[in-house]
Formats: sequence, C-alpha cells, structure tokens
Amino acid sequence: MRAIWRSTQELRAIALVLAATLILWEAGVRIFQPPAIILPAPSAIFSEFLGAPGYFLRHSGITLYTTVLGFGLSIVLGLTLAVGIVHSKLLERTVYTLLVALNSVPKVALAPLFVIWMGTGLEPKVAIAVMLALFSVVIDTVLGLRSVDPEMINLAKASRASTFAILKKIRLPNALPSIFAGLKVAISFALVGAIVGEFVAGAEGLGFAILTAQGQFDTPRVFVSLVLLGIMGTVLFYAVEFAERLALPWHVSQRGGERAAH
Amino acid sequence: MSAVAKLMPAQRPATPERYVSIEKLDKVYASPKGPVAALSGIDLDIRDREFVSILGPSGCGKSTLLKCIAGLEPISRGTIALRGRPLAGPPERMGMVFQRDVLLDWRTILDNVLINAEFQGIARAKVEGRARQLLARFGLAGYEDRHPWELSGGMRQRAAICRALLCDPELLLMDEPFGALDAMTRDDLNVELARIWQDTRKTVVFVTHGIAEAIFLSDRVVMMDRNPGRVVEIVDIDLPRPRPLSIRETPEFGRYATHIRHLFASLGILKEG
Repeated sequence: MRAIWRSTQELRAIALVLAATLILWEAGVRIFQPPAIILPAPSAIFSEFLGAPGYFLRHSGITLYTTVLGFGLSIVLGLTLAVGIVHSKLLERTVYTLLVALNSVPKVALAPLFVIWMGTGLEPKVAIAVMLALFSVVIDTVLGLRSVDPEMINLAKASRASTFAILKKIRLPNALPSIFAGLKVAISFALVGAIVGEFVAGAEGLGFAILTAQGQFDTPRVFVSLVLLGIMGTVLFYAVEFAERLALPWHVSQRGGERAAH
Repeated sequence: MSAVAKLMPAQRPATPERYVSIEKLDKVYASPKGPVAALSGIDLDIRDREFVSILGPSGCGKSTLLKCIAGLEPISRGTIALRGRPLAGPPERMGMVFQRDVLLDWRTILDNVLINAEFQGIARAKVEGRARQLLARFGLAGYEDRHPWELSGGMRQRAAICRALLCDPELLLMDEPFGALDAMTRDDLNVELARIWQDTRKTVVFVTHGIAEAIFLSDRVVMMDRNPGRVVEIVDIDLPRPRPLSIRETPEFGRYATHIRHLFASLGILKEG
C-alpha cells in the first residue's frame, strides 16, 4: 500500500511540473508567435492529435509492442548470459569481453546492418531494441550476482548447498536491486532501439510517423509523436519501478519509515 | 529441561572419543609478496561433546582454523579427521554461526532459520515446528514473521544460532559470534549458550578474543599466537557446571584469567601496566 501511495505522490509532482511547462509554452507561443513550422503551441499539438487519434494510437501501439518485446527478450537473454558469465571463467573471458568491446561501438550505427540481415519487418526493430537494452541488463546483473557477502556463500556451503541452490536462494535475490537498476536503464534503451529501427526501415510505428511528418514539414504531427513517445517512455519506466517495489519490499531503498526494534 | 530434551532428539553415548583430530596442520596463503603462513603445525584433538574455545589475538588464524575444520578452507599440509575419517568438504550434521549474523534481508526470521533445511533438502513441514520451538527457546516468539532489519543485533544473532541448531548438528562451530554485540547482550548470550550446551551436549568449537568469555564457556581453552598462527598452550578449565555469571568473580576464575593474561603478556600480545 505504501508503494502505491508513494507512486501517486510522485505522479502528482510530475503532473504539476508538466502543467507548468505547458502553460509557459502556450503563453510563450501566443506572445511571440513563432511560425507553426518551427514551434506549434501545445493547443495546436493537442488538436492535431484529436484530428486523427486512431492514426497516432495505432503507430504508438506498434512502437510499444516492439519495445516491450525487445525489453522482454533482453531480460531473458541478459539474465541467462549473466548467470553463465558469473559461473564460467570461459564465458567471462569470451562473451563478457566481447560484450564490453561491442558496447564501445556506437550501436545505433549498426542498425542498417540488421535491416540487411533481417529485412524490414518486426525482427530487425526488435533486434536493435535488444542490442541496445541487453548491455545494461548483463552488466548490472553480473555486478549484482558477484557482490554477495562471502559469508553468505560460506553459510550455504556449510550446509552443503548445491551451486544451483546458492544461485536461487542467495545470489539471485541478493542481485535483484542491481538487476532492477539495469532494467530501468534497459527499458529506455529498448524504446530508443525501437524508434531507431523504425527510422531505418519502417512502414509503421512512431519513428515512421515522425519521419513522414518531417518529409511534409508537418511540425505539429512530429510534436504529437514526440509527446506520445515521452508518455510511453515515462509509463514504461514507472512500470518497471512499480515492479521493483513489488519485488523488493525488503530492500533498504523501499523500507520507508520503518525502524529497527531495540 | 524436558522441553529441550524433546527439541534435541539425538542422544549420543557419552564416550570420550576424539571427535575432531587435527595433526600437523599447515595453511599457507598465496599473496603478491609470496606465500604467507596462516597456520603452522597445529596439533589439536577435540573430544566428543566437548566445549573448546580458541582464543588469540586478531591475525592468529583462529577463524581460518575454524573454517578449515568446517571444510570451507582447503588445508596446505597435515590432516583433519572427523571421528577418524579425513575431512572432505563441509561435514554432515555441522552447524555454523558467524561473526556477523548473515541473515538474509529478503526472508522472514522463520524462513531464515529454515534455510539450512532447504539447503539440505529437508521438507519444510518436517522442521517448521522445531524452528518455531527454537525461536521461542531463544526469546524470539512473535518475531517469526518479522524481517531481520526489524530486530536488534542481539536478536539477530539469536536467530542465527537457531538457524545453526535447526538440523540438530553434532558439531557446532562458532566464529566470534558475540564479537559485534554490546557487553550486556554478550553476557546474556553467553549464559544462554552455556545452558544450551549443558542441555544438548554438542561438540562446540568457539572462536573468540574474549578471555572471560572463553573461560566461562569452555572445558578447554586453546591459546594461539600469530605470525605464523600456532597453538601455544591448552588450558583445562575445571570449574563446576552449570556456571552462573557470578562465577567470573571467584578466585578460581580469576586464576585462570591471570594465567591466560600472563601467557599472552609473555608473548608480547598483551601489555601489562
């Protein structure tokens, strides 16, 4: 309950900041009257959305689907890789080293390659989202799995625990705060990946909508897409944070006002 | 007494046999500056049902020795045998208490106590009653569903002792378990540990740097020196049991304490004056 209460408090703060920004923006546009092609007023953007809500929502849905699919795949792949890396010197030296090397390449630049390999359907977009999101999942999960109190491992070994039991009952729960830190970064990267994919080879999605609107110098339409992207990114981030609160009621960051008994 | 007897079902014959035999044990660590001798030429027999303290300054390898007995640290030379059989990894029916309580924050107190059974593949239903009884025995009734961070240091360490006792170990290894507690809580837990030992007669190896604590609890006190870690003397403590805390003010107790202090002083570990 506390988690839900705190989220509504946070939501209220966000709404307040957003409302203030919109009012300033609207007032600024009405006073200085820049051409609509440079900066449309919020009211113009809103009426643009109301003009074709189906169009925008359909493209949003497609981008959302790509993002969530890429995010989900990067969790599955990332956790598996991280567990492998922590338990195998060989995987650490090969996969981990390769991942770190790959991460220093600007990955967005690899996007066209995926289109050549996979065509222009859903697959290359999901693949690009995974490529962008995977790294932070792996890095933070590896970090979490490794930063275990050695005495906890001794405790388990003294009870003749198996490696799998140690992973399941000690390493993974202990790594959860770190894993969620990685997931919060990954969800944003997955969205970036989906948009990049749609830029490079898209016939649908918000990335495509932005690109076509740009071709027609339809600035309000670009802004509607951007606003929808912003909302989507925020909602996705808070969804991950909400999942974190549900999963980690025991963690220091979630304990709130509770005090130890003395 | 009777409730505890039910709690601790394993009744073993009162034979003075050697439970742990350590012979010519060396433990050498590799370090960037070359090998470091942590333990050198340790010879030590621990009898069945005996309470032995290992006492020494920090860096004398007493915790390392305990981890060797636990099968958690490989040894470099010599042998450790349990009932005559060479040690290969952590033995069955061993319980261990660490300096920090190492309770898992994501588990309730009851689930923390039960984790040892989970690791050993024992069904929860079989041991949950016993876990609750142990917690009650250690004054933690009503805290079963709390999380570790809601408890004080003393309560947490009690829970850690319950966890070690859950599977009714024959051998209880304790690594400075009360070192991080305040003096009053420490006295309290000393009395409780002495009572538990009196009732269940487990073989206990208790690592400490507290002289009074070692004398109060033990049948024998093994004194160690450092660089390299080695046994310098073993003192038999012939004080009657059960021992009340006030035994620490008796002349006999004082003589043991003086003897131990003088020995450490002669080694340059304690300075007198």
